[in-house]
Amino acid sequence: MALLDVQDLVIDIPVGGGVLHAVSEVSFAVERGETLAIVGESGSGKSLTSLAVMDLLPRVARRGAARLAFDGIDLLKLPERQMRKLRGSRMAMIFQEPMTSLNPAYTIGNQLTEALLCHENVGAEAARARAIELLERVGIAGAERRLLQYPHQLSGGLRQRVMIAMALMCKPDLIIADEPTTALDVTIQAQILRLLAELKKELNMAMILITHDLGVVARVADKVAVMYAGAIVERGSARAVFKAPSHPYTRGLLNCIPVPGRTAPGAPLGAIRGQVPNLIGRLQGCAFRNRCDFAAPECAGAMRFESPSPGHDVRCVRLEAQKAVA
Amino acid sequence: MSDIVLELKDVSRRFAVSQGAFKGSATLTAVANVSLQVKRGEVFALVGESGSGKSTLAKMLLGLLPPSSGDILIDGTPVAASDRIAVARRIQPIFQDPYSSLNPRKSIAQLIGLPLTVHHVGDAASRRAKVVEMLDLVGLPRRMLDAYPGQLSGGQRQRVAIARALVMRPEVVICDEPTSALDVSVQAQILNLLLDLKRELGLTYFFISHNLAVVEHLADRVAVMYLGRIVEERTRAGLFAQPGHPYTRALLESVLTPDPDLGVPDTAIGAAMANPMTEHAGCPFQPRCPRALDICLATPPPVSVLPDGWATCHLLQQEAVA
Repeated sequence: MALLDVQDLVIDIPVGGGVLHAVSEVSFAVERGETLAIVGESGSGKSLTSLAVMDLLPRVARRGAARLAFDGIDLLKLPERQMRKLRGSRMAMIFQEPMTSLNPAYTIGNQLTEALLCHENVGAEAARARAIELLERVGIAGAERRLLQYPHQLSGGLRQRVMIAMALMCKPDLIIADEPTTALDVTIQAQILRLLAELKKELNMAMILITHDLGVVARVADKVAVMYAGAIVERGSARAVFKAPSHPYTRGLLNCIPVPGRTAPGAPLGAIRGQVPNLIGRLQGCAFRNRCDFAAPECAGAMRFESPSPGHDVRCVRLEAQKAVA
Repeated sequence: MSDIVLELKDVSRRFAVSQGAFKGSATLTAVANVSLQVKRGEVFALVGESGSGKSTLAKMLLGLLPPSSGDILIDGTPVAASDRIAVARRIQPIFQDPYSSLNPRKSIAQLIGLPLTVHHVGDAASRRAKVVEMLDLVGLPRRMLDAYPGQLSGGQRQRVAIARALVMRPEVVICDEPTSALDVSVQAQILNLLLDLKRELGLTYFFISHNLAVVEHLADRVAVMYLGRIVEERTRAGLFAQPGHPYTRALLESVLTPDPDLGVPDTAIGAAMANPMTEHAGCPFQPRCPRALDICLATPPPVSVLPDGWATCHLLQQEAVA
């Protein structure tokens, strides 16, 4: 059984002009020891999806799903008190901007031990020992001294390491990392990604990595879900999605990024014409059809997943037509 | 007109940094002895990590910050000797974040037209015509003239910022991370637009970025900056084929291409950005360098001349001797 099983997740947000369908019919599963990357551009619903799993959506948003289960626990029916016990202990989150997600008025030591003291029956001394152990584990030298420091005394890379250590304090089963390296320099990014991969393996955690960076996804993920306009348009193993991208949007995205050795310097990069559709009101058919080169009348009808290979699903009714052109 | 449109001669910028209430201030050298020549019509890229001094350098080029020592020349004329308006006519910036670089209370027509007003170009009607021309050039519909930045997407705002930078037809455009706040698909559109405009208007770009894939795509020459110093300056082809400086090599290895067969590279350089306040007797990169020698600790690395540029590293010297 998958550690996290999400089926037909829907997030609706009532707004002035009607209902904004931020996320519609999103299904995925994550096993222990596996990394799922959810990739998409801003507004695709990738961050809301992760917040929905943690039950941290803004109050106005409405969450619905056919199934939302973590280690067999039905999160849809779980009372807030129980949810709070899971959050931070068995499910943890790492956010993008370590400067805004760390409290500037508390020491690193205070913030690191808070979750452990609150979730587990441990003394201050044991919590402190665990904090030191984890800071050393994430590669921070002089851990004891760091515990007394405040976030502003650390560099961006160090702060992100502290965030990772904080997420690991209670030995979570699932870790959700929302753009964990976007704010960091490239050399530091590589180090943080390596660290996350090592820790995941060592602790046999499941990881959901949310990012817009296709390079990061390809190098780190086992499975990939590509989101567009609130829906998953393609999902499968990282190898399948990158070696045989089958949704026109996935292919478009991959053509947009310059790849050393593949794109000729100075040559125009691929571009996806048009704009993301408005998600307010009733949606039908494929949300990408107004930007798609393969669009046909049937794209306005009901959508379904097609499988070009086992375990690789593409939300497109024009796969055959695409093949004919290619 | 000479071939060199922008020249930096031994430019340094130092800041006095307070050490606390009762201590004296210390000196932080943000840019140290930088000499560069940018040729007309080329894309000159400056890469480096945050804190390396890229943005301080950009501010000095724009005349927003005077250098502590050294000269900056545009077309042979020192920036220090000309007034702000004259500098602004020749050199214009495009900034990273189009959400904070556009005044939300001004309409698009006002934003793009402001440089024309400042420089007293033409009358109201001809200015309007010029603004419309710029909108067409950057691919924005004319109905946006009276819209406000809040009504535009990130990509459209960046197009407005580009139109505003180009309306006075500057010779040099300083692009400070122009696409790093944008989505992948929008980034491609903006990069394509920048390349088209360069061809059409014969512009020179001074392109500041930390994204090496983007730099490889559009730069002609590349300078790598570390702790305020240029450590390597090469042609695009040479630098990407055979980086000379260990720091450049680490940067190149950190580029994550979308290839599922490869893992995350181990760059083998320490995480800690060196403290810019400490003075280094030897090479500033030595504390993080995986191949550092004894000599790197004590002696500053000399310039090694390469066929297509130069780099400052003791290792290159040793290889040349061997």
